[in-house]
Amino acid sequence: MAQSLGAPVLRKEDPALLSGRGRYADDLPVPAGTLHAHVLRSPHAHARIVGINPTEALAQDGVWAVITGEEVRRLSDPFLIALKAPIDQWSLAVERVRYVGEPVALVVAESRYLAEDAGELVRIDYEPLPAVIDPRAACDPSGPLLHAQAKSNEISVRRFSYGDCNRAFEAAHARVALSCDYPRNSFTPMECYVVVAEYRASDDSYDVMANFQGPFSTHPVMARALRVPGPKLRLRIPPDSGGSFGIKLSVFPYIVLAALAARITGQPIKWVEDRLEHLLAASSGPNRITEIEAAVAKDGRILALRLDQLEDYGAFLRAPMPGPLYRMHGAITGAYDIANVEVVNRVVLTNKMPASLIRGFGGPQLYLALERLVQRIAIELKLDHLEVIKRNLIPKEKFPYRAAAGALYDSGDYLRAVEAATGGGRLDELKRRRDAARAAGRHYGIGFAAVVEPGMSNMGYLSTLLTPQAREKAGPKNGAASMVTVNVDPLGAVSVTADVTVQGQGHQTVLSQIVADRLGLDPADVNVVLEMDTAKDQWSIAAGTYSCRFTPGTAVAAHLAAERMADKLKAIAAKQLNVLPEDVELAGGRIRSRSNPDNSLPFARVAGTSHWSPAMLPEGMAPALRETAVWSPPELEPPSSDDRINTSLTYGFVFDMCGVEIDPLSYQVRVDRYVSMHDAGRLLNPMIANGQMRGAFVQGIAAALYEEFVYDEAGQFLTGTFADYLVPTVAEIPAVEMLHQETPSPLTPLGAKGLAEGNCMSVPSCIANAIADALGVRDIALPATPRRIHALIAGAEEIPPVDAAARVPEAAR
Amino acid sequence: MKPRPFDYARPDTVEEAVAILAEHGDEARVLAGGQTLLAMLNLRLVEPAVLVDINRIPELDVIREVDNRIEVGAAVTQNRLLAWPPLAQKLPLLAAALPFVGHFQTRNKGTVCGSIAHADPTSELPLSLALLEGEVVLRSRHGTRVLAATEFQQGMLTTARAGDELITAVRFPVVPGGVAFREVARRHGDFAIVAVAALADGVNGMRIGVAGMAERPAVRRIAGGESSATHDAIERLAWELQGYDDVHASARMRRDLLRRIAPVVMEEARRCAA
Repeated sequence: MAQSLGAPVLRKEDPALLSGRGRYADDLPVPAGTLHAHVLRSPHAHARIVGINPTEALAQDGVWAVITGEEVRRLSDPFLIALKAPIDQWSLAVERVRYVGEPVALVVAESRYLAEDAGELVRIDYEPLPAVIDPRAACDPSGPLLHAQAKSNEISVRRFSYGDCNRAFEAAHARVALSCDYPRNSFTPMECYVVVAEYRASDDSYDVMANFQGPFSTHPVMARALRVPGPKLRLRIPPDSGGSFGIKLSVFPYIVLAALAARITGQPIKWVEDRLEHLLAASSGPNRITEIEAAVAKDGRILALRLDQLEDYGAFLRAPMPGPLYRMHGAITGAYDIANVEVVNRVVLTNKMPASLIRGFGGPQLYLALERLVQRIAIELKLDHLEVIKRNLIPKEKFPYRAAAGALYDSGDYLRAVEAATGGGRLDELKRRRDAARAAGRHYGIGFAAVVEPGMSNMGYLSTLLTPQAREKAGPKNGAASMVTVNVDPLGAVSVTADVTVQGQGHQTVLSQIVADRLGLDPADVNVVLEMDTAKDQWSIAAGTYSCRFTPGTAVAAHLAAERMADKLKAIAAKQLNVLPEDVELAGGRIRSRSNPDNSLPFARVAGTSHWSPAMLPEGMAPALRETAVWSPPELEPPSSDDRINTSLTYGFVFDMCGVEIDPLSYQVRVDRYVSMHDAGRLLNPMIANGQMRGAFVQGIAAALYEEFVYDEAGQFLTGTFADYLVPTVAEIPAVEMLHQETPSPLTPLGAKGLAEGNCMSVPSCIANAIADALGVRDIALPATPRRIHALIAGAEEIPPVDAAARVPEAAR
Repeated sequence: MKPRPFDYARPDTVEEAVAILAEHGDEARVLAGGQTLLAMLNLRLVEPAVLVDINRIPELDVIREVDNRIEVGAAVTQNRLLAWPPLAQKLPLLAAALPFVGHFQTRNKGTVCGSIAHADPTSELPLSLALLEGEVVLRSRHGTRVLAATEFQQGMLTTARAGDELITAVRFPVVPGGVAFREVARRHGDFAIVAVAALADGVNGMRIGVAGMAERPAVRRIAGGESSATHDAIERLAWELQGYDDVHASARMRRDLLRRIAPVVMEEARRCAA
């Protein structure tokens, strides 16, 4: 059998998913006697809970319990967070509510209908308090304070300096500065949160099924909250998922809440989040305000960079926040060779739903500022934007490249990627189209973005948040373990389990390719089971599906486990074939002598030997065929004493180029052409890689043009349904030309890099650059909605005709 | 997102339906396609005592031509009208506007009369009915009354229908002349921000209808002739209707959309007539 890695092997997952036979969390059977929960949520952005009266609700038939924050406080501990700050959060609000949608009470009844009916009868009295929504205003000490004990809403400020910024800024030809706001948005999966929780009083343990995605560093957070050791919180993840995109990390407070409800009622509890709850309170990416400034040479070379990043996490900091603010830290200079950098990272709390991970987390916020700045440099220095990008790209000769803030970029040839994407007549055609549109009086612009895409996070990156002294006291954090088990049964059937959660990425297919190639089998012969059970499966705190860790992490562990299995089978076969193990190869379902392929045994026969005839094994070899490999790359070191951190293992490259036009009738930004060049090292399955990249592209378009969580000044949430929170459909998504270049990573045995987030990071900045070019403006607010575009270009309104003037409202005059 | 408890009735005849409505009045809601009503139920924005499902009443599931008008029964879905073979010839405006009503899947359930009964100010079907000067047929135990579109739709989501009345049909006049329709929405299938329809009926200029600018569709006659006169007429209309602010557009943007779309639609209608 030829090598299957690198081939567009069809997804094993699809026949079930496409024929309606997926096994999703809400479809799975529940234990007898399961009760249904309904969460009552705060209508206020900020209020004191005066009292909760459940009497009338409890009197209804079929209603078992109304659980409040006071009970939750008595039975559980606040969630651990990454920061030493007194901002306690439980799974229900205690004493105060701090955002619209915050869970306040849980009604448990025999059906969801009864629970919702009874919920309307629970009397909750609030005393409203002033709310703060704007992150800048939240930093004002005279404004409303969310957590009194924290003394400030600005709960963390860290300053970092690499190289010598002061000298570079003094010597610079020019300074170019920009202020950039990245909005709040999310990526909404079709399937919302689902939790089924049981409590076993006999051994004080919890058994939970939930569509949690990881990272499993959150498992200890849940176990600690429930006051049990880890093994007493058994967590099972279903075999299929209706989408995740980072959001499904944040089901964890509800896992704890349902677990407590199971304990209180003595019955299994099921809770299914509905769409209103999801939009209102599930999770969102954080909004960020970045003040960015570059010291530049006359030719546009960036000599130094200063960033002040203020990130708004909403009402609470949840583990592992503030991830988005630190995930890109080592790579904060992006694709550019910049030696001197100063960063100020500030974390602020406001009366919004807590923010957490969403696909690309930290990337879009950074690159919107950085890539907009590079365009501003070109404009202010009267240079060509693309030329400024090229002059600043890290040259090929410098790889592996140690970035100023500590990232070790494994490989790349950025300039070649840019030349390939802009070549082939593509940029020339864009320019022709731009010139023709402009000649006809229309607004048309060209945008570029160059981004570095991290793959597999260093588990220590978040500790950069602490001072070096605090880190030393707490002990170093670093690394990222990946685990895969390969099993061969007595008939030679191969099965694989791994430390990832299914979200639809096609991991079963890719793992089967990796293992099949090592064992000389067909991917169809390898059975991959990825539903997860923390009580029985291999996992570490790094487990889960997030931060593009599959390809640099789990895929490598699979390769290593399969390699060990192959070595063992070779040793067994060598004895039977009467050749040296070095002369044995696995191919085409047989194990044979390399020098004399006719001397061979079927794969299954050799496998059977190990199970049935341990006596025939080479001396000293243990029987049974089960290999678990752990992959933990040494490059993921803890932050250094001068705060340098290699935040990820692999660093891919994405270069985007687009042309946009403002629709003359509708003010809609219409993407005319979009080209996206990717270098993700070696592609394990190019079809799946393309699917992932297209998915990220769609969500990048969504963030650039459509999706935004909007709050009014009082903290009311204005985008609570899909009529106001606009997810683009297939009709809105422009065509994209995906290009690939492969510069293998020297740090992973397969040469492959993480690749599923890059376009989430690049598209918003590329589109913003194109709009800025089209309209000749400096400040572009995202998403660039028709309303915002209209405000930019409308100008003065025609004076009303005399007979209509009487009807004009005051505000419009 | 579960509705409050309600009773469910599925009458087989209009008489039965009307009797149930007479009994429950405003406590009852008529269920046709349910594309708006079910969402409102699940959001607990409405809490009817009884749902009266009219989908199995055969006499309501009829499209027919009567006196040069096309009568569409209350159980006729939007897709059924869209697939009605004579539609493009008899009601070209509906053939142009219906594809903008929701999505293929929602049109499979959503009814023509349901959309008109809901009276959303941005909606395509009430706009079309108003522009064509159509009628709404209402039946109660006391008899039948026929209201002009402008009498029927009174404001945002409010109509002249009494609690005991069932809309049995709407009637779209067959009017010769050129038609055109355009709307601006954030995404295909969304509620329009502004929608404009025009009918070049050869009678002193043309009729123009606008949705999304005020609490119900506005229909005006704009005299033909010089383009500066047309410009002034649209300008007057923009200021008269004013527009309003929401998440998707400001009032000013709505006026500008009308200024941009109306001349295009009028030109298209003129060319269609020629």
